[in-house]
Amino acid sequence: MKIVVCIKQVPDTKGGVKFNPDGTLDRAAMLTIMNPDDKAGLEAALRLKDQYDAEVTVLTMGLPKAEEVLREAMAMGADKGVLVTDRVLGGADTWATSQTLAGALRNMDYDLIITGRQAIDGDTAQVGPQISEHLGLPVISYAQNIKVEGDSVIVERQYDDRYHVLKAKMPCLITALAELNEPRYMTPGGIFDACKAEITTWGRVDLKDVEDSNLGLKGSPTQIAKASDKVRKGKGEKFTLDPAEAVGYIMDKLSEKHII
Amino acid sequence: MDFTLSKEHEMARTLFREFAEKEVKPLAQEVDETEVFPRATVEKMGKLGFLGIPVPKEYGGQGCDILTYAMCVEELSKVCGTTGVIVSAHTSLCVDPILTYGTEEQKQKYLPALAKGEKLGAFGLTEPGAGTDAQGQQTKAVLDGDEYVLNGSKIFITNGKEADVYIIFAITGVVEDAKGRKKKIISAFIVDKGTPGFTFGTKEKKMGIRGSSTYELIFTDCRIPKENMLGKEGKGFGIAMHTLDGGRIGIASQALGLAEGALETTIEYVKERKQFGRAIGAFQNTQFQLADMATKCEAAQMMVYKAARAKETQKVYSVEAAKAKLYAAEVAMEVTTKAVQLHGGYGYIREYDVERMMRDAKITEIYEGTSEVQRMVISGALLK
Repeated sequence: MKIVVCIKQVPDTKGGVKFNPDGTLDRAAMLTIMNPDDKAGLEAALRLKDQYDAEVTVLTMGLPKAEEVLREAMAMGADKGVLVTDRVLGGADTWATSQTLAGALRNMDYDLIITGRQAIDGDTAQVGPQISEHLGLPVISYAQNIKVEGDSVIVERQYDDRYHVLKAKMPCLITALAELNEPRYMTPGGIFDACKAEITTWGRVDLKDVEDSNLGLKGSPTQIAKASDKVRKGKGEKFTLDPAEAVGYIMDKLSEKHII
Repeated sequence: MDFTLSKEHEMARTLFREFAEKEVKPLAQEVDETEVFPRATVEKMGKLGFLGIPVPKEYGGQGCDILTYAMCVEELSKVCGTTGVIVSAHTSLCVDPILTYGTEEQKQKYLPALAKGEKLGAFGLTEPGAGTDAQGQQTKAVLDGDEYVLNGSKIFITNGKEADVYIIFAITGVVEDAKGRKKKIISAFIVDKGTPGFTFGTKEKKMGIRGSSTYELIFTDCRIPKENMLGKEGKGFGIAMHTLDGGRIGIASQALGLAEGALETTIEYVKERKQFGRAIGAFQNTQFQLADMATKCEAAQMMVYKAARAKETQKVYSVEAAKAKLYAAEVAMEVTTKAVQLHGGYGYIREYDVERMMRDAKITEIYEGTSEVQRMVISGALLK
């Protein structure tokens, strides 16, 4: 069984957010982490590896620095890493990103593709389903539990108040939720091996069956007009009151602000 | 000269820090208060390979270097001195001598389980009359057929009752030197928990590192298979001293972590705590204290990392290890004391981590060779 997990290096929300003059994120200047939903997808893949001896490859598109997130995934137990990096791919929106990843996946052998539901920097939840469209694969999104049965996957798809159990024949694509599992830690030996391992690096020329007009900032239907850091909230005030007093205080404040 | 850490070491630090913050820190206060050995944490560390960091992969270890191990103890000790010393005593004092002096059979038998954390290690050298004067040993091992019969006791043994494999030192004979003076022959043994005649005495109630299991080990006609002798007969004293050189790097890392942990905690505190209408971090006294604490922490870190490198690349690293332990331990005591002072009355209250850190720091100036012993080692090399 071969699994490809698409992962993304995203800004660490503990660090500051920085922007390029064109409004896109200045990724090179920020502290980064593996996107939490992707990490849960990777953990799901690693559990399938433990169970079925599956081969797990991690795939990412990004700056050369995105190699770090591949090595982290390999230090957790992934077998191979593929980095797609090229200046012409920069500034991609979800359409151009999914086109790029699909172009890379056409070169790869897989039974299952796992992506995170959404990345914490863009929060679109579009890339996974778009990849499945480009590759003509069935997709099950918002997975909260994944099992393999023969040549099929059985997935619990999460809703607000319930879940559906869906079965799909492989090859297929699943988008994972951070709640799916508790991702494992790296191991010290895994880190040393991952840092020595070779990462496959692909550029534009290595992408299969993708038009230039669908790539990078120029190939992105969505253009960012303006971006800004979130407005910081004030520090607030802290009161220790008994419940009755507290309710009275809150009601007064809400009416003072014309909220009620 | 390059002071930057490799990518491997940066990633390893991230791992150890994340584990320490998530798994160790939330329990540190309870472990100290209840004096209960953090067994569940040790099991988690075992599964992640933290108990076999410098052990080669062929023996079930992680195949990393000594610096990675030192960084592990450092990061754990930033949040819990008890957890730091558990890893240090296991790795430096039990795993390392088996790796260095063990026969291939001994390595195959003991290292995989120790490296994976399925078994925990300890080291028994100290006796009531033999602390700094390690030659004052009384425990005896007498050969009887294919077994050595062990009689005596060891005190202040870290991981005492929780360990499974013990490196024990005992007198196996007496010889006369050229001047007719009698000299004890000391040998080292690997002793398994559960061997008949091997029991535990009192549990020590300590000032700090209270969750670490510190016990007296008692041997009464305890029969050890002959093949469990570690190294050659009569070479025990050298094995003990060499093992302690490595152990000092572990304790220096623990001391470094305690100092850094106290500094980090204090930086957060002085930003929050207000007196006279200002955060106390705005006062120059606080700023100067913090500057001194940070400078000393960094100097200690350089010395600890240098000693870790020396163990990797040099056959003899006694002086580097002694200097690192001496300095890091004294920095730990000084920085944690200043941290308590900057916390004011709150620093004296158990609810605040710096109170525990100060108590934990004191032992680093004492065990695995007191600061005075480190000065003897360093000056001995200077005046040779």
